[in-house]
Amino acid sequence: MTDILFTQARLIDPASATDLVGNLLVRDGKILDLGNNLGIPEGATIIEARDLVLVPGLVDMRAAVGEPGFEYRETIKSAATAASAGGITSLAVLPDSKPAIDDPALARLLRARGEETGAITIYPYGALTRGCEGDEMAELGLLREAGAVAFTDGRRALADARLMRRILAYARHFGARIVQHPEDPSLAAGGSATEGELATRLGLPGIPAAAEAIMVARDLRLAQLSSGAIHFAHVSTAESIELIRRAKHDGINVTCDTAPPYFDLNETAIGDFRSYAKLSPPLRPESDRLAVVAGLADGTIDAVASDHQPRDADDKRYPFAQASAGGAGLSTLLGVTLAQVHSGSLTLDQAIALLTHNPAKVLGVDAGTLAIGAKADLCLFHPTRVWQVEAGKLPGKAQNTPFDGRAMEGSVIGTWKNGRRVFA
Amino acid sequence: MSYPHRHLLAIEGLYPPAIQHLLDLAENYVSLNRTGKTQRDLLRGRTLINLFFEDSTRTRTSFELAGKRLGADVINMSVASSSVNKGETLLDTAATLNAMHCDLLVVRHGQSGAANLLAQKVGACVINAGDGAHEHPTQALLDALTIRRHKGKLQGLQIAICGDVAHSRVARSNIHLLSAMGARVRVVGPPTLIPGPITRLGVEVSYDMREGLAGADIVMMLRLQRERMSSGLIPSAREYFRFWGLDHEKLAFAKPDALVMHPGPMNRGVEIDSAVADDPVRSLIAEQVEMGVAVRMAVLDTLARNGARHD
Repeated sequence: MTDILFTQARLIDPASATDLVGNLLVRDGKILDLGNNLGIPEGATIIEARDLVLVPGLVDMRAAVGEPGFEYRETIKSAATAASAGGITSLAVLPDSKPAIDDPALARLLRARGEETGAITIYPYGALTRGCEGDEMAELGLLREAGAVAFTDGRRALADARLMRRILAYARHFGARIVQHPEDPSLAAGGSATEGELATRLGLPGIPAAAEAIMVARDLRLAQLSSGAIHFAHVSTAESIELIRRAKHDGINVTCDTAPPYFDLNETAIGDFRSYAKLSPPLRPESDRLAVVAGLADGTIDAVASDHQPRDADDKRYPFAQASAGGAGLSTLLGVTLAQVHSGSLTLDQAIALLTHNPAKVLGVDAGTLAIGAKADLCLFHPTRVWQVEAGKLPGKAQNTPFDGRAMEGSVIGTWKNGRRVFA
Repeated sequence: MSYPHRHLLAIEGLYPPAIQHLLDLAENYVSLNRTGKTQRDLLRGRTLINLFFEDSTRTRTSFELAGKRLGADVINMSVASSSVNKGETLLDTAATLNAMHCDLLVVRHGQSGAANLLAQKVGACVINAGDGAHEHPTQALLDALTIRRHKGKLQGLQIAICGDVAHSRVARSNIHLLSAMGARVRVVGPPTLIPGPITRLGVEVSYDMREGLAGADIVMMLRLQRERMSSGLIPSAREYFRFWGLDHEKLAFAKPDALVMHPGPMNRGVEIDSAVADDPVRSLIAEQVEMGVAVRMAVLDTLARNGARHD
């Protein structure tokens, strides 16, 4: 493998607090050196990167990939194509597949299937409960040995408080974080939009926004009681973010992420019953969106994840309440996050931290850094180049983007996995 | 164009002149119907399909009669809805309808937004005959026509809509229409059946019939589905009748000349007492049915003319 030298790139690596304009040299799939005074090794491939930004390959801490069980929606191969186009090189994959990832062999299989693509590392989540059904604790220790990075039941909240308490305590011994879909299932049952004026006008069954805060408040208390580590996925309401802000201040071991729709869209995206804007949790009123932006800016929210939920056209071709919830998000993750930089809500360094070092730290994985000696997982992007999202023309299989038609500022120029270019 | 739309999917978003146009045209049809002079050639050669995913006798028959009086070929399609085939049949059916070159499509479906979805997929003009808890525009039009004929106006009237507002498309369409035409609307019912944000639609809320009916010119009752009891929204039918069922005692809270309406079918002894429902002086329930045919003729007439322009 020939050496690769990126020249005159803006190098941003939040893990090492690096932000400089300079060169970066890749040899044998690893980062050999970076800085201003690198020589040009003989035979090296030169990548002229003036005005471009070179960052660690993005670490997406929450995505479904269709496998196993939903290959008609997405496969690991098609997800890898979409991820590479989005600058993502590490993907934490949800376990609520069919079958659920509640067996060590399945966790190993997912990792191996990721390796096969050559484009992404798959970090599997283990199921929190057998079959992600919420009744019995899964084999957390064995799953952990097989490479499960954390535990969750995916889109399903663990409702049983006693079981949650026990799992938090038990998982602590294995150093694993518990990831909760924060939504009280009994309050959410049957709902398809956030309860409020819009849902009332449209006659859609509502889910009160408090369903999220109620679950967050409960699990924060349980984490305290069990000294466990809790992570809340895709937080989306002002109230739950405030609860997490206070809990962090009080020293509770809590982290959280959010997804682009919750800081870029509000419930009006549902418009005239647009099922592509049907997500779980549902889109929120503008006041909640602003609270998510504030939570990103002040560090309450640790990471931005794509929350990629592939659906095919038939899954969405129903009246709104019956349509399947979820949006494709891999190829739009960076662009939508950069919009917060362009609007002045986040610095570029903050945005990159939310997409690289922070999620890697939450998951405890060795990724998301430009450290010398680290594997050369890289994302090179133009910070302002404009493109438009078009459902039907996204890379990968899933086309169910809630951002259809949105103009993006900032696009990926190239993605490298272990020093090999996987997107151009 | 007095009614500048291709479909009739909802009252929300219609301008008062468009509503006025439909009401005035319906008024004409009331007279024509009563004299037996109908325009049997207006929709000649046009196909009207009644596509009903939910059981309905009254609304379907009303559209059928309206279509036939205007000379359309009317076909009734009832698609038994089950939780298993969900909305699948909705769009499968849309493809079939397109192949049949249907001109006017009347659709009722249990899901909010179903009529909007169909309107995107079929070539026909779509008339929403009730979609989930969203809207039932022709019901609101026929209610408005009934009221206007008795009170001479809509502007300034005090209307009380009582009962299960949360699950009612009739309530939503009536709130939009009556508010747009200058009436003042109050909704009355138990807190579990009145969504809090309903005030954002410009209505007052009351949970008490005495307070809610005070000063009302019109008392409009809504049907209460039996399943509201099993889902824990109210404890029992007899408790509901005690506090929110309309009998002569509660009707006395309204204006002395207040009139009573109900979109049907009624649950006698649950939301309405038979003595009130059948009161020839106070109840407009039978007349609502007559107005229904006239309103639907006006809607079919208008959309067919607009549709012809699009062809």
